[in-house]
Amino acid sequence: MSSVLKSRWFTFGLLALGLALLPFLVDAGLGRSWVRLLDLALLYVMLALGLNIVVGYAGLLDLGYVAFYALGAYVYAWLASPHFGLHLPFWAILPLGAALAGLFGVLLGAPTLRLRGDYLAIVTLGFGEIIRIFMNNLNAPVNLTNGPQGINLIDPVRLGSFSLSQPHELFGYTFTGVHLTYYLFLLLTLAVIFISMRLEDSRIGRAWVAIREDETAAAATGINTRNLKLLAFAMGATFGGLAGGLFASFQGFISPESFNLMESIMILCMIVLGGMGHIPGVIFGALLLTLLPEALRYTGDWQRNLFGQIYVDPADLRMLLFGMALVAVMLYRPAGMFPSTRRRREFADAKG
Amino acid sequence: MDIFLQQLINGLVLGSVYALVALGYTMVYGILELINFAHGEITMMGAMVSLAVIGALALAAPGLPGVLVLGAGLAVAIPVCMALGLLIERVAYRPLRHAPRLAPLITAIGVSIILQNIAMLIWGKQYIPFPAILPQGRHEILGASISDTQIAILVLAVLIMMTLILVVQKTRLGRAMRATAQSRQVASLMGVDVNRVIASTFVIGSALAAVAGVMVSAYYGLAHYYMGFLLGLKAFSAAVLGGIGNLGGAMLGGLLLGLIESFGAGYIGDLTGGFLGSHYQDVFAFFVLIAVLVFRPSGLLGARVVERA
Repeated sequence: MSSVLKSRWFTFGLLALGLALLPFLVDAGLGRSWVRLLDLALLYVMLALGLNIVVGYAGLLDLGYVAFYALGAYVYAWLASPHFGLHLPFWAILPLGAALAGLFGVLLGAPTLRLRGDYLAIVTLGFGEIIRIFMNNLNAPVNLTNGPQGINLIDPVRLGSFSLSQPHELFGYTFTGVHLTYYLFLLLTLAVIFISMRLEDSRIGRAWVAIREDETAAAATGINTRNLKLLAFAMGATFGGLAGGLFASFQGFISPESFNLMESIMILCMIVLGGMGHIPGVIFGALLLTLLPEALRYTGDWQRNLFGQIYVDPADLRMLLFGMALVAVMLYRPAGMFPSTRRRREFADAKG
Repeated sequence: MDIFLQQLINGLVLGSVYALVALGYTMVYGILELINFAHGEITMMGAMVSLAVIGALALAAPGLPGVLVLGAGLAVAIPVCMALGLLIERVAYRPLRHAPRLAPLITAIGVSIILQNIAMLIWGKQYIPFPAILPQGRHEILGASISDTQIAILVLAVLIMMTLILVVQKTRLGRAMRATAQSRQVASLMGVDVNRVIASTFVIGSALAAVAGVMVSAYYGLAHYYMGFLLGLKAFSAAVLGGIGNLGGAMLGGLLLGLIESFGAGYIGDLTGGFLGSHYQDVFAFFVLIAVLVFRPSGLLGARVVERA
């Protein structure tokens, strides 16, 4: 027993060390821009895990998830930028944005309770589009969102005089903004992973799975399907709002452009590609779909090495390859890269 | 100029195009319960291919009458789109027919990204203008004006929809399609070649999409590699509004959505005292969609669907 425990702690320690050193390794090996990308990838892990609660656990196909992400980002931007002249500290705004997003999750979830499957998808998609159109146009009569130009000069995360946007010297090492952001995002991502894991096997998590599998049967066994579905919407939206606030502080600039339908679809792709309802799969999917399009930028180098010149602009080619990768992965692993054991079983049943 | 009548005409024209695209979504959904996300991109491909042909012909033989040139564009675009539809079904959907429900949705998204980027690589990122080959006549009716293009779109759309209803209701293929939609298994037991029926459904839907694509680009006077996305989204919304899987529903939903949009754009400013401008027309459309679905969860003409795991 003690040796098992020891080896488990050893694995944990190794993992922690690896995660702590990762930005430096990436910085040294691939360059600063990849550390930035790593930060974004963590953000998408949070978003994907949030949507995973709604789609993966509770089985509610939500195509408007990005609305909550946007809400969190705009709340942060309103309360910490020159736009309204407010500069509240991040620890006050982040929870506020997340809570507000959660509330909106309930508000938008409530009218859709009777809808199932694809009808739910289209209504959530409609909500997402409505919010995006409002963001685009609410610069008049009162300038709330500054329209398509977006909100600029958003405060970075700052504690006292310690700002995450400036480099800091520590033990003789220079920690730049993207490095420090990495640790903050990592911490919050771990928290989101922890919550997701605890939820999965809780009473609530099992009730969600029951609703996903058969809503009528779930209701018959005494599960309050209405409240639990609303809770799933709220939890997912809260994570989305949190990620949105972090995104706003990280970029320093937000505009409606970042919150379009394609973004919702991409987050959904992360979940389905990785393995719906399975945390390691979802994390993998989020990392893959964030890093793959960037890695495909190197197709220019490949072309030069292969043919001696660039035939197709790599920026144009990469989305084509990305689409092909989506199709290929689904064809070869229809249940996702790392499906949960339950889904694997279901799939085997369906086939047999 | 009478605003009401004018918006009615614009709405009907726009709506009949939406209806044509929505039919493609709804036919596939009725049989496979699959949202064919790539359908909007097939519409875009139809517009792009026909524009390429029209552009080339207009350069090569400037004297040809416009209608003939347009016909040539359609004659190339329709088979190309049919082939695309067939290919997509074979490669991206058929292998996943027994996979979890969301798997084909993801391949559909993948296919639409692929088609968009192929179009971008071939035709570039810029808007492609529709050459002025069609007669530009306008007619005055009771103070509103309607162009020749609009009349042609309306007439053609109505003719196509009537033909489609005849095909589905009266022909052998149509009966096979309806049987397959009811139950794939039982249909195949009765000797229906289900794979063939599904393939034909995609082919017919893609042909309609090609025509709709040409109509849209002729109506707005331009085409763009990204145009399929929003068009597909609206058409799909129209199909859901009418009750997805239901042919009449798709037509009704398309027309309604077109009318809502054009009336929304025309009146929303007056209704809200200038608070909301015409750029909120899409909000209006989505609000109506949500409201309808909240009160009639299976669409206007849809039957109650039983959820499958």
